[in-house]
Amino acid sequence: MAKKLHDTPLLDQLESGPWPSFVTGLKREAAKKDIMVDLLGQLEESYKTKKGFWKGGTVGVFGYGGGVIPRFTELKGADEKPLFPDAAEFHTLRIQPPAGMHYDTATLRKFADIWDKYGSGLIGLHGQSGDIMLQGCSTANVQPAWEEINAMGFDMGGAGPALRTSMSCVGAARCEMSCYDEARALRTIINANIDDMHRPALPYKFKFKFSGCPNDCVNSIQRSDMATIGTWRDNIQVNEQQARDYMKGHGMDKLVNDVISKCPTRAITLRNKADAVSGDSVSTVAVDDQHVMQIENHDCVRCMHCLNVMPGALLPGKDKGVTILVGGKSVLKIGATMGTVIIPFMKLESDEDFEKINDLSRNIIDFFAENALEHERTGEMIDRIGLVNFLEGLDIDVDPNMINHPRANPYVRMDDWDEEVEKANERKAAA
Amino acid sequence: MAELRAPDECGVPDPMPFMHPALRENYGKWVFHSHPKPGVLYHRAENGTEVWTVKFGTARQLDGYTIRLICDLADKHADGHMRFTARSNVEFMLTDESKIEPLIKELNSHGFPVGGTANSVSMISHTQGFLHCDIPGTDASGVVKALMDELHEEFIKCEMPNRVKLSTSCCEINCGGQADIAIIMQHTKPPKINHDLVANVCERPTVVARCPVAAIRPALVNGKPSLEVDEKKCICCGACFPPCPPMQINDPEHSKIAIWVGGKNSNARSKPTFHKLVASGLPNNLPRWPEVAAVVKKILSVYKADAQPWERIGDWIDRIGWPRFFEKTGLPFTKYHIDDWRGARATLNASTHIRF
Repeated sequence: MAKKLHDTPLLDQLESGPWPSFVTGLKREAAKKDIMVDLLGQLEESYKTKKGFWKGGTVGVFGYGGGVIPRFTELKGADEKPLFPDAAEFHTLRIQPPAGMHYDTATLRKFADIWDKYGSGLIGLHGQSGDIMLQGCSTANVQPAWEEINAMGFDMGGAGPALRTSMSCVGAARCEMSCYDEARALRTIINANIDDMHRPALPYKFKFKFSGCPNDCVNSIQRSDMATIGTWRDNIQVNEQQARDYMKGHGMDKLVNDVISKCPTRAITLRNKADAVSGDSVSTVAVDDQHVMQIENHDCVRCMHCLNVMPGALLPGKDKGVTILVGGKSVLKIGATMGTVIIPFMKLESDEDFEKINDLSRNIIDFFAENALEHERTGEMIDRIGLVNFLEGLDIDVDPNMINHPRANPYVRMDDWDEEVEKANERKAAA
Repeated sequence: MAELRAPDECGVPDPMPFMHPALRENYGKWVFHSHPKPGVLYHRAENGTEVWTVKFGTARQLDGYTIRLICDLADKHADGHMRFTARSNVEFMLTDESKIEPLIKELNSHGFPVGGTANSVSMISHTQGFLHCDIPGTDASGVVKALMDELHEEFIKCEMPNRVKLSTSCCEINCGGQADIAIIMQHTKPPKINHDLVANVCERPTVVARCPVAAIRPALVNGKPSLEVDEKKCICCGACFPPCPPMQINDPEHSKIAIWVGGKNSNARSKPTFHKLVASGLPNNLPRWPEVAAVVKKILSVYKADAQPWERIGDWIDRIGWPRFFEKTGLPFTKYHIDDWRGARATLNASTHIRF
């Protein structure tokens, strides 16, 4: 039994309504724990005053330099004593989930038990970087809680200027669009660079995210410094039975309006069977006895739209791999930046392929560590130095897939043009 | 120090031991999916294995009782396994179709909304807010609870033209992320500086370097080293506040809420896009933010009525144009909608493409 609840008339208004209420959850814990009674007291004060009352500090675990988010209350009386003393320390432990956020119930129950014992009982599943957030811990309890969690086989996540906890989509575990083993790629790269997560020493944060196809379900292009997105380079695979089923269920109007006319590069045509074209780069599928749908795969940009609308009828090709984009981030400091292509395609199947992407990741982190200014993200660094300097630093050849269009201004010194043409010809000959 | 245990630097756990056996056994071998009903997904593997996924929403911030309840339900209905989505929904995987309805019934009886699949308004991606952030302008969990109460029907019915992803952020750093509709705190006044504290608390060159518009400079105030802000240059972004808490940017009265639309990370149809500002000046009206909910619901209702199938909000606006977006939603177009940050010229209409 915990101490008496503080009055929370504003928070109480968030207990009604059809969506699950976090306030009701907090109150359940408050019935058992004084830390949660006082957390509710402080939160109500925030609702009343429209002010936040937490400040950071330095709290950690033995052996690591990051992963705990310290929170100390700033809500104090004239005597400098906390108004809500039992929640005066309310730290969070960030813990990395299994790739793809799969759990068995024994594991989740164990987390709940540990957090009952050492913390407030409140667990966020998950934070915006994908962490299991064990919220509400006193400074004294951080180390023992961590030791029990670590003994379960779970490791601390990232915070501060460090490699951050990563995310991958459901991918190969339950999706036919998956173009590579997302979980393996995530674990290969993160676990090889784990030192940079646990001992923050980078200019600023660095995030990897892994999506199995260009639908990019974990938002890697906007939310990660290096995005690994599945794709393929041969023809879209077709399944005639599924295509006919789609046609039967949806009709010609839907096929034309929802699929064909929404192709961004006009790569799809509908033809009478007799007028079908042939070619190595054309995917052809009959949708009824009279019509075939044809996709010119050289024009296709792998946007996923037609595959999404006709699941099973159209599938990614067999020659799968990934596109790597670098520089995605949110607002601070220059405004949000999208990741942009640095590797249009690489295979990601063999042990050697995974070693290659691991090396690339390490090289990018190293380049970032050496060249970024303090508190500068990779995208900002590239914005400052130019993509070409970044590519040359990493020994990556230029490729027209990296741009929307070539330069539209003459403000550049090009006196070694002939040598660059020579290099372009060498690349062409080597391809 | 002797008792302290050195960490086992084990890294990201292998998901295989945690994964539902049907998913583990068919890893990388899926060939088809469909959407039998709201909240339910069907997947088939190449060997014919069938899996039905039942998806339901949570508060994201879960107390021990709720976690154990979800575990009990997973043990009873879903072989003791589950996964979480990036938007804090839970997915139970079933290999027996007949288990779907009893599960949905029991989830609903415990207040878990089943939905969030396909063309729904899914759970709002959000931040920490007053609960745990050190720099919040507002709360996160509360905004989400209030809005999802209002959007509950859209979560469970899946009747939108395409997926709708929402986010909320308690400051302009936008930890909630890009979204079809993003609700983001917007400060409107420069920071209020407590000059007594700056010298002791803030590393001044760092703070100067953080400012995107070079509006901060070192100064002596009342004989003490401090910082001053050129308020004519200041864009009220709050970037100075995290490294220097005495530069208070949050203002209970003047920090407002802005609404942004048309962000999309998928490559489907159009290239990924950032969300764009459509409304601001909405009050931070706790505990239920009714003014914000009204604008979000208005945008959603116009989109639902007007967009073609498979158009995301950004795709829809690409077709109808921004003038008609503002006309149809009734949102006022102001000078603040015209960008003046770097690269802004690329956002101007350099053509005679005008819809009449």
